[in-house]
Amino acid sequence: MSRRPRASGYFRTGYGQDLSLVETRTERWSLTGLLIVLLAFPFLASPFLLDLANQVLLASIGAIALMLLTGYAGQISLGHAGLLAAGAFTAGILYKELNAPFWVTLPAAAVVGALLGLVFGLPSLRLRGLYLAVSTLALHFVVVYCGGEYEAKRGFSTGIMIDAPTLGAWTIAGGRTWYFVLGVAAVATLYVCVNLLRSGTGRAWVALRANETVAGALGIGVAAHKLLAFVISSALTAAAGALFAYYRGFVSVEVFSLFLSIQYVAMIIIGGIGSMLGAILGAVFVTLFPYGIEAGLRALTGTQRYAGMLFAVNYAAFGAVMILVLVLEPLGLVGIWRRIQTYFLLWPFKHRPMARPHR
Amino acid sequence: MQLAVNILVLAAIYALIACGYVLVYRVSRVMNLAHGELMMLGPYLLLVTAAQFQSHWLLAIAAAVSLSLLTGVLVYVLLMRKMTGEMVLAAVLTTLALGILLRGVMVLVWSAQQQYPASALSVVNFAMALPGGARISLISALLVLTTALVYGGLFAFLRCSRWGIRMRAAGQNPLLAAQRGINLHAVYALAWGLSTLTAALAGILIALDSGLDQTMAIIGLKAFPAALVGGLDSLVGALLGSLIVAAAEVLLIHYVDPLLSEVVPFLVLIAMLVVRPWGLFGTREELDRV
Repeated sequence: MSRRPRASGYFRTGYGQDLSLVETRTERWSLTGLLIVLLAFPFLASPFLLDLANQVLLASIGAIALMLLTGYAGQISLGHAGLLAAGAFTAGILYKELNAPFWVTLPAAAVVGALLGLVFGLPSLRLRGLYLAVSTLALHFVVVYCGGEYEAKRGFSTGIMIDAPTLGAWTIAGGRTWYFVLGVAAVATLYVCVNLLRSGTGRAWVALRANETVAGALGIGVAAHKLLAFVISSALTAAAGALFAYYRGFVSVEVFSLFLSIQYVAMIIIGGIGSMLGAILGAVFVTLFPYGIEAGLRALTGTQRYAGMLFAVNYAAFGAVMILVLVLEPLGLVGIWRRIQTYFLLWPFKHRPMARPHR
Repeated sequence: MQLAVNILVLAAIYALIACGYVLVYRVSRVMNLAHGELMMLGPYLLLVTAAQFQSHWLLAIAAAVSLSLLTGVLVYVLLMRKMTGEMVLAAVLTTLALGILLRGVMVLVWSAQQQYPASALSVVNFAMALPGGARISLISALLVLTTALVYGGLFAFLRCSRWGIRMRAAGQNPLLAAQRGINLHAVYALAWGLSTLTAALAGILIALDSGLDQTMAIIGLKAFPAALVGGLDSLVGALLGSLIVAAAEVLLIHYVDPLLSEVVPFLVLIAMLVVRPWGLFGTREELDRV
């Protein structure tokens, strides 16, 4: 959470108010409005839009997890797709081999993710920055290779099919049911992460990102907190991977390419590093981007002629957008949002007063 | 014997690609994740120049290689120059984004189908018998020769020429180098240009040997472990690292499982990162700067 005062003044009179996530009346009303829109959405939207929303929700769980790791704890990971794959394959393999139910496979995926996170995180104890990114990249290839090997050896060369999950007598199927399940999962993830970041652990992570040596000197367990960041982020990501497998009803290694990792990194970059709102905005943007490109191409070229070049245009445009954000707006969409906010907060003035009011 | 030849050829490929990673990293501390795509651009440019200079294959290759040099310089001047003051991560992500952009553009312009620059240049590739019963294709032999020449040239360039010394100085301490009147931007641009040039050479030779399609960028990425195993800022290390990675890959594919081809370099990489993260010949203090 950003710790800038959001009301135009400091009105807290007790410690309890320091803990509340919603501070002002405007915030409460806009949050309620957002909630109503989100609840009404599945009853109004077409199946296609509902599928898009579900994809966004899935992506935002992964993006929040990656933001925790990269945006707050400052540990770079290019192996996010590998963790998603690990979760998806854990669910798929448990289902195929042991016919395990949903309530077993999902926690199992999270546990496998946590263990893998430990493995992914171990190099971070010795490595920083680029070298760490490379080691996670390498682990991504290893995980995906293991998945491919399993598919090939067990004869699921096209992928593993998974039936719709059941909880007791309740079967999770259909876009609308999934929307609520994924929505609850995403909101729960967000809530847990936001609170985690306000706790001592979260502050330790931010300190780590700022400067490891100083953080260590201040008495923060550098190794333990690094590993913890990897473990929590990876467990969340793997759980998202398992949900992805169930939602699609299908697991295959082709989905978890390096490009997927890059897309997740792009989400937190485009959204804005170091902000949970950024993770969500980025997830929305990156997920909807290819559909936007397709719609644009269809409008430009008419007919079906665009089909052959869609993939390439998508790649090129995606790369271009990422470069533009990195060069022109390093703070991402959140940076733009904050600027607009500040503009209205300060209006009719243009700049903040030189002496900041004491907080 | 054939295995030894295979290892040698693969090592030459990796070494030729890896020296690009080393050049850019050594001079500007940027890990260039667009290297595979820049490498792929070389043979595609060759397709264009081959159509221009149909009779002279040497002229076509020379033109393609110089275009690549120009591309590398342009990448620095137009894009990477803007990232100089930023976090290292931002620069790396920019190269990643550049790679995606390039890949999309290349498919748009030249389509995703497999192409054969060898037939466009009417170069005939044939296998030659070596003593000991092994065989090597003409292009592979050329590849090994090119790698040897490039490395020889680079060593001489970095050791003796004025610009080579400037490059080493800029890599060692940019601030001091700038104060001594070295034009850092020019040095960085030159490093990017040379790196792209060697990558294009590698790409062209691979494409002449086995055709050209989108999977080539993967080869570029697989050469990265070779650079890192040797130490990211050492050319000697890149040679040795390529040999190690290539040997591991060829032997494991031959004796264990062909599917391993994709992961072996990365397994070697992980092993190296655990044991000696700065590589065989790399500089150690890079990792521990505060």
